[in-house]
Amino acid sequence: MADRTQPLSLVGAGKAASAALLVVILGALLAVAATGTSTLRLGPSDWAALRFTVLQAVLSAAISVLLAIPLARALIRRRFPLYGLAITLLGAPFLLPVLVAVLGVLAVFGRNGLISQMMMSIGLPPIEIYGLQGVVLTHVFFNLPLATRLILQGWLSIPSEQVRLGHALGFGPSEAAQHLERPVLQAVLPGAFLVIFLICSTSFAVALTMGGGPRATTLELAIYQAFRFEFDLSRAAALGAVQVALCAVAVLAIRMVPTAPDGFGGLDATRLQLPKGGKWVRAQDIAVLLLGLGFLLFPILMILVRGFPFVSNLPDTIWMAALRSLCVAIVSVSIMLVLALPIATTLARFPTGWPHFAAALPIAVSPLVLGLGAFVGLRPWIDPGSVVLPLTAFVNAVMSLPFVLRSLVPELRKVDAHHGRLAVALGMSRSNWMRLIVLPRLRRAHGFGAGLTAALSMGDLGVIALFGSADRGTLPLAIYQLMGSYQMDAAAGAALVLMALTLCIFWIFDRGGRFNAAV
Amino acid sequence: MKTSLIAAGLLTLAGIANAQSPVLTVYTYDSFVSDWGPGPVVEAAFEETCGCDLQFVAAGDGAALLARLQLEGSNSDADIVLGLDTNLTARAREAGLVVPHGLEVPSLDLPISWTDDAFLPFDWGYFAFVHNADMANAPGSFEELIALPDDVKIVIQDPRSSTPGLGLLMWVKAAYGDRAPQIWEGLAPHILTVTSGWSEAYGLFLEGEAEMVLSYTTSPAYHLIAEQDASKTAANFSEGHYMQVEVAAMLEGSDQPELAKQFLSFMLSDGFQSAIPTTNWMYPAVIPTDGLPEGFETLIQPSQALLKSPEDAASVRDAALQEWLTALSR
Repeated sequence: MADRTQPLSLVGAGKAASAALLVVILGALLAVAATGTSTLRLGPSDWAALRFTVLQAVLSAAISVLLAIPLARALIRRRFPLYGLAITLLGAPFLLPVLVAVLGVLAVFGRNGLISQMMMSIGLPPIEIYGLQGVVLTHVFFNLPLATRLILQGWLSIPSEQVRLGHALGFGPSEAAQHLERPVLQAVLPGAFLVIFLICSTSFAVALTMGGGPRATTLELAIYQAFRFEFDLSRAAALGAVQVALCAVAVLAIRMVPTAPDGFGGLDATRLQLPKGGKWVRAQDIAVLLLGLGFLLFPILMILVRGFPFVSNLPDTIWMAALRSLCVAIVSVSIMLVLALPIATTLARFPTGWPHFAAALPIAVSPLVLGLGAFVGLRPWIDPGSVVLPLTAFVNAVMSLPFVLRSLVPELRKVDAHHGRLAVALGMSRSNWMRLIVLPRLRRAHGFGAGLTAALSMGDLGVIALFGSADRGTLPLAIYQLMGSYQMDAAAGAALVLMALTLCIFWIFDRGGRFNAAV
Repeated sequence: MKTSLIAAGLLTLAGIANAQSPVLTVYTYDSFVSDWGPGPVVEAAFEETCGCDLQFVAAGDGAALLARLQLEGSNSDADIVLGLDTNLTARAREAGLVVPHGLEVPSLDLPISWTDDAFLPFDWGYFAFVHNADMANAPGSFEELIALPDDVKIVIQDPRSSTPGLGLLMWVKAAYGDRAPQIWEGLAPHILTVTSGWSEAYGLFLEGEAEMVLSYTTSPAYHLIAEQDASKTAANFSEGHYMQVEVAAMLEGSDQPELAKQFLSFMLSDGFQSAIPTTNWMYPAVIPTDGLPEGFETLIQPSQALLKSPEDAASVRDAALQEWLTALSR
């Protein structure tokens, strides 16, 4: 025992958890493949779905990244009142349930939305929102902030000496753009583009609500339609196989470009002093900030304004669904917590190996494919409809695992490096090491991860849409059903409830992690 | 505090007592169970006589009902499916979902003769595009609709999830046969969006998002009778109008077969049928003793009624669906 250089830890449990993850995901994929390959013949509409999936993902990623460049630049150059709030706002869409965002975007950009009303009052035709434009617009709403945060983090990686050197050399905005900004963008943009492409290529709820029929159908939506409308399992599975292949290509591409920072870290840009330029540059920045932040803020505000009058009149079924959603979120967090720490320990100790593959796998698998796999895999044994809520919780936990691991693993490496040798020298027991050293230092990362998992779980409309029913549905499913019967007022009210609950539960976990945290 | 505890106890007891009366579960489409739909009226009327708890479960639009039943298989709680139409009955039968009702069928007021031993019709109507009466150059055929400027929009429903959507597929096929793909290509630029259900499509139309919506010749009666609003009308197409006969049947997996039969025979009685014209806004399968409500005589009468037999509808469906998907996914 004396030759140990690292304290006893959860490596064994971590390998078991990674193996379990691997078995479950590959098992679901196998179940899908076994169902789908016997009749793997895709028709013209299936190819159209693949084309549309790629097209909208490319457009969404390109537009998000291009718009993020001036927005990030303006945020670096300017300081204004409520600056911190603006930065926080950039984190909000990632937590926002998709349907809430959809309703918000519709309220601003729909035919009866603010902008169409204004356009019609001056005699212009209203915006046609359904179809490609609606899908891309909503995706940009979600991913512009992510791209902006990624670029801002790239800025923070510039050594301050370089910035000071720039000052000494009398850099104006254009020199700064060439010598400071360009290297940042070159390092960050490819990764940011691919991450957003990947997120958009598994888009389901946005295409479900914003698509305009067969012309604007993503693979995920086509899987849902084959399953829910026609109960054609082999077709759904064949489409699922195509979806997995597409994601796998995107993930491989991400591995080949320099890794982008994860976009969730704190942004401490206050010390970066960039040339502020003249009046014209200043006006330009202000315009960019107003447009960019307004684009993110208005849909959220519209949900508040539209939904508030209807919250008190919501039927009991909505509150029951909200309760189910909360339970699903809490179960999801519990599952995530059980899996995350052992797996993170294993990843931190071994820089390569199959557990890394297992931990990255959820990124390449869409929730609908997992749900489909679970359905065909479980059906011979039990009624999948009776376990749809636990299944939703599980799938959500698995889906959030890669994000949680990204914040846990570096922290664990730090703890090992700083305290490992001392703990070994003291002959610290495993439980003392975990209790006294590791867990207090991971509180922050755990709290954030739990908040993220809970928020993603609250807003999820994936597995539950596949085989959930109204009497066992979650709040997002209930909102979708209200939209389906065109009760838009009630839908807005329920969306406000969902948004409030989601942000609350995130805040509670995140705060809980910071309270009394050791680091 | 004490009283509220007692009240809670009593409520629980009442719940248990309620749970002891047999439950009849009916899967149907969304608009049937909405507050203004037939659901609440029918439920109250049937529960008065059956000594049971009638529960409607909304399972999306009509065509998605079938997938839901297949998905749930033998685990389904449903005793009755209500809201399929003749375009879907052959598929439901093939999937082994329904059983013969074994009832004496009263004389029906349908434009067609009825011989099916499992499915019973509860209402019928004609599909039609509904628009505002003041719409300029309202089309009188599919071809006139196609010829309108592209910014004249229609909302239709997905034939895979919705019976009106499937009905439109059959309508175009019945009227144009092999030319159906061309008609769909011509319609494509006019289609604002394809919704998964009727309610959403009609809601979009009422909000002014589109000039026309696929619905029924009887839909304007709703506005006329319930809202005293004569501003909506249905376009009379010279190709003729495809007919829909909405049906219900008892499910193979039902654990309440006697109650289910009782419901099916109630369905063709006055208590159910008299609710249909002014809640489901369709023609009743058996005209109630009071006749049709005033206002129905103003509705357009199609020059020709189109309807494929259940077998024909089932055999052309997949090919027609592929044509639709291909034309609309370009």
